[in-house]
Amino acid sequence: MSARVALSIDGRDVQVASGTTLREACQVVGIEIPTLCFNPNFSAANACRLCVVELEGARTLVPACSRRVESGMRIQTGSDRVRLSRRLVLELLGSSVDLSVAHELGELMQEYGARPERFADGEAATVQQPVKIDNELYVRDYSRCVLCYRCVQACGVEAQNTFAIWVSGRGFEARISTEYDAPLPDSACVYCGNCIEVCPTGALMFKSEFDLREAGTWDEGRQSTTTTICSYCGVGCSLDLVVQDNQIVRVNSPEGNDITLGNLCIKGRFGHQFVSGPKRRGR
Amino acid sequence: MDVKLSGAAATDVERAAVATVLGPEPPQDGRVVRAGRAQREHRHLLLPALHALQDSVGWLSRGAVDHLAERLAVAPAEIYGVASFYHLLATEPQPALAVHVCDDVACRAAGAGALLGQLGEAARRSACLGLCDHGSAALVRRTGPAAERLDVAVAPVTAAQVAGFLRGDPPPELAAVDAPPPQAGDPGLRLLRRAAGKVITTVDGYEAAGGLAALRRALERGPDWVLAEVKSAGLVGRGGAAFPTARKWEAVLRAPSRPHYAVCNADESETGTFKDRLLLERDSFAVLESLVIAGFATGSEHGFVYVRDEYPLARARLQAAIEDLRQAGWLGASVGGAGFAFDVELRRGAGAYICGEETALFNSIEGRRGEPRNKPPFPVESGLFGQPTAVNNVETLVAVLEALQAGGSASSKLFCVSGPVLRPGVYEVEFGTTLQALIELAGGLQPGRRLQAVLLGGAAGSLVGPGRLGLQLSFEAARAAGLSLGSGAVVVIDQSLDLTEVVLRIARFFREESCGQCVPCRVGTVRQEEALRRLFSGRPLGSREDELVRLSEVAQVMRDASICGLGQTAAIAVQSALKELL
Repeated sequence: MSARVALSIDGRDVQVASGTTLREACQVVGIEIPTLCFNPNFSAANACRLCVVELEGARTLVPACSRRVESGMRIQTGSDRVRLSRRLVLELLGSSVDLSVAHELGELMQEYGARPERFADGEAATVQQPVKIDNELYVRDYSRCVLCYRCVQACGVEAQNTFAIWVSGRGFEARISTEYDAPLPDSACVYCGNCIEVCPTGALMFKSEFDLREAGTWDEGRQSTTTTICSYCGVGCSLDLVVQDNQIVRVNSPEGNDITLGNLCIKGRFGHQFVSGPKRRGR
Repeated sequence: MDVKLSGAAATDVERAAVATVLGPEPPQDGRVVRAGRAQREHRHLLLPALHALQDSVGWLSRGAVDHLAERLAVAPAEIYGVASFYHLLATEPQPALAVHVCDDVACRAAGAGALLGQLGEAARRSACLGLCDHGSAALVRRTGPAAERLDVAVAPVTAAQVAGFLRGDPPPELAAVDAPPPQAGDPGLRLLRRAAGKVITTVDGYEAAGGLAALRRALERGPDWVLAEVKSAGLVGRGGAAFPTARKWEAVLRAPSRPHYAVCNADESETGTFKDRLLLERDSFAVLESLVIAGFATGSEHGFVYVRDEYPLARARLQAAIEDLRQAGWLGASVGGAGFAFDVELRRGAGAYICGEETALFNSIEGRRGEPRNKPPFPVESGLFGQPTAVNNVETLVAVLEALQAGGSASSKLFCVSGPVLRPGVYEVEFGTTLQALIELAGGLQPGRRLQAVLLGGAAGSLVGPGRLGLQLSFEAARAAGLSLGSGAVVVIDQSLDLTEVVLRIARFFREESCGQCVPCRVGTVRQEEALRRLFSGRPLGSREDELVRLSEVAQVMRDASICGLGQTAAIAVQSALKELL
């Protein structure tokens, strides 16, 4: 597939390979399209609609994350219409979801002049609900969930094939849930933590991080990240160990790694206590 | 796949219910694992199996879901996700008897306000049940062993009757809702020709009434003849989008990927719309004949009719007609002996307006949550099971039969007139008839009533004032006026109804029917309803102007950035009312 497709983006002529998405074509000319639900390792979920751009002749805006280029397309990525939709998506989310630890969205809110508070009259519906703490490894705070579908994708055919969670309910009552909202230990969850890795808003969080935040001692300024290789099996997954006060507080897996694509298993993700264990040689 | 189960066991009744859909359970000898493709291929039977459980037990227990998970190799979490998507499936124990009372716009316009005020907690409020021409409507259901089950639509209904149903009184006979349209006897009827007569219950009776002639001609002359005839009749889809039918069919016919599918969208759920119900109930053979023609013209071997769950009579008559046609050789390995293989399956919705959106409908048939897909790709390329699919509305299919007649045309259209008119019902008129003439055809407003507004095209349509009565009812004229004929709903609203109540009901409708997949619609429909409540109660957030700006911005993001037509149209009626009427 070497066919080239010519289109125009913000008035600039661009040629890209056919099959390219509009988001990728925009990157070619140096335009970053904001996204929320998009994850490069998964098929596009198309749910957040933050990435919409204006396609000349189309009745509605189109999602840049999934729409493929077509010859002769004329795209506007920053028109008033586009900016209004993006601002409203941010305001609708910000007024219904706790985005306090969703840093990237905070930056976008500033960029688009989003003021979620103008929808919040004290009675406006939100997704506020108690935090689910039902295991030692990670917590689920769906008050922070924007329903980007990424965790469902990570748990399902796009990565882990465990299928412990799915979207349940409908409309504003839709939630990420196990069957019958069962606690995680009763579900199919294998604690790979790949859902935490892809969660963009902190709705899924290491218990270690959650506890520090609750205690008010989570401090990113005191944290360092060490990239290393998992010591358990022969696959050799890359790990990013987030360390605060000489304790591992969170384990990430580089999203761009060709082998793991951001995925780990329970051992690599959570089995690091031996590093600071009392019987460790040399302690 | 490795399905983790909760350990809850299904009861014998639940296992038997599942077996009615999936067949007897394979023997378990502990050595052979039955999984893989053989199991996954039955995935599309998930919704029918959930219905079988719901019908016989009244809800979906954990044990039942685990049992289904095992039989279909679908994770319990996903089955729960599917089941909890549909309003008419329960994931918690429910009373066996349920009475769903319509509290939607058309019933209110017809005077259901008093009834709704008297309803107790025990009755469940429902969106439009598609019985708008009969006044206040209710759906009475009882789950349990087959002999005890009930599934009956009743209209008109009183509060006393509803209370009686809830105590176990049997619902009345069907006579009232199973009535011919008001134009019965008019020799000029075409789309309604058979529906206006006595209900046909056999293939022979259908043939005697001129049925199957179009299919015979099609089989003789080939798919290209069908396409040419449908094209020259200028037939466009009657589901709301007005897409040229021949163009759709031709695209599927020429699509290289096989197999192809032909689907009849009978999920009519648009507020104030009941024309498809009339055709499904009173002209079921015609709908099926045309679906076979659609299959023939698109190179399909398999067809589906997806009927909304709230139409029990339509489902019963269609199922009987399918079996009759199969018996008579008009469905099956060689349709009419012409060597063309085509069969049809009836599929039942489960209470979700969104499943009338074509791609949500595909997901629903496939046993998934009824969430719309992003387009493109369009169904003609990638539809049901990812294959090229022609999906057509019920009225469109009946109109195909007219188009295939010698000298046939597609110049008439069905409209559903409801509200305080003298003769509410389905009317067939020529395109270009004015709104005024249509309302007059329905006898005009009842004596002493004064027109306040018309909800044209349903919840996804527009609220227009008396100044628009001169509107010509054609796709082109409506478009030029910035309106849409939509589903053909014409809900007449008189001065006795508070228009803000209508607008709020429409806003709530979209809030309740949004699938929740995309942000603009999921949150936008909620914010729209909240802002309207504040506005109408005189407690705006900031000034009234602020509130109107907020509403118009929410309207714009829903229209511009939602995935599907539901979100894209969720603010049209509201905005039209705010601009023209309030």
